[in-house]
Amino acid sequence: MAVEVRIPTILRTYTDGEKAVPGEGSTLSEVIDHLESNHPGIKERLIDGSDAEGDLRRFVNVYVNDEDVRFTGGLQTAVKDGDQVVVLPAVAGGAR
Amino acid sequence: MLRIDEETRDAIVAHARRDHPDEACGVVAGPEGSDRPERFIAMVNAASSPTFYEFDPTDLLRLYRDMDDRGEEPVVVYHSHTATEAYPSRTDIGLAQEPNAHYVLVSTREHGNSEGPVEFRSYRIVDGEVTEEEVDVVATREDLRSQA
Repeated sequence: MAVEVRIPTILRTYTDGEKAVPGEGSTLSEVIDHLESNHPGIKERLIDGSDAEGDLRRFVNVYVNDEDVRFTGGLQTAVKDGDQVVVLPAVAGGAR
Repeated sequence: MLRIDEETRDAIVAHARRDHPDEACGVVAGPEGSDRPERFIAMVNAASSPTFYEFDPTDLLRLYRDMDDRGEEPVVVYHSHTATEAYPSRTDIGLAQEPNAHYVLVSTREHGNSEGPVEFRSYRIVDGEVTEEEVDVVATREDLRSQA
């Protein structure tokens, strides 16, 4: 399955400045692994913990066709040809 | 240096006062690469907290899509501290993920919801490093262009 992955400014150091790169996979998890093979180091910025039990980082948002994947199965969210995956870092902080 | 017009500065301060004692947050978007904060967008603090702020993930996507369509980027990312000084906390530094943005902090600790001077300061936060910068307040948005 070929998808488009939109890359936020802070991660474009991994994609030679590209705002969007092609992705491959049938789940978000596979798309991220494919991304890592083309842009080494990027996976660690998206996923926390070891491979098997890894999950999306708390302050990274990922959307498949505008749906927040936290509500659609997380890393196991299915993707199909032509889907768009958007990665956006949270805008957050505070005095705490 | 951050150059910002009076009306936009006042809108940020008014938002911070209104939401006190919770933290207020938002962005000022501008044409990509221009460094001109032109379009003020108040955001909802999904955390509704006096010590934390976070854009709602659905609002966040809409905001970025909208900026994308207009060829904009977040020139300013602002939020308020309501009991402490207008200086980035460890959380602010750890979570800052817009390397091109001016991070504006406002503190409402002195006067809360009331009128009165409000600390208004600006920083660059890149790779965990904070650099405070001068804030130049100009009279109108047009001045942002002419002095650029």
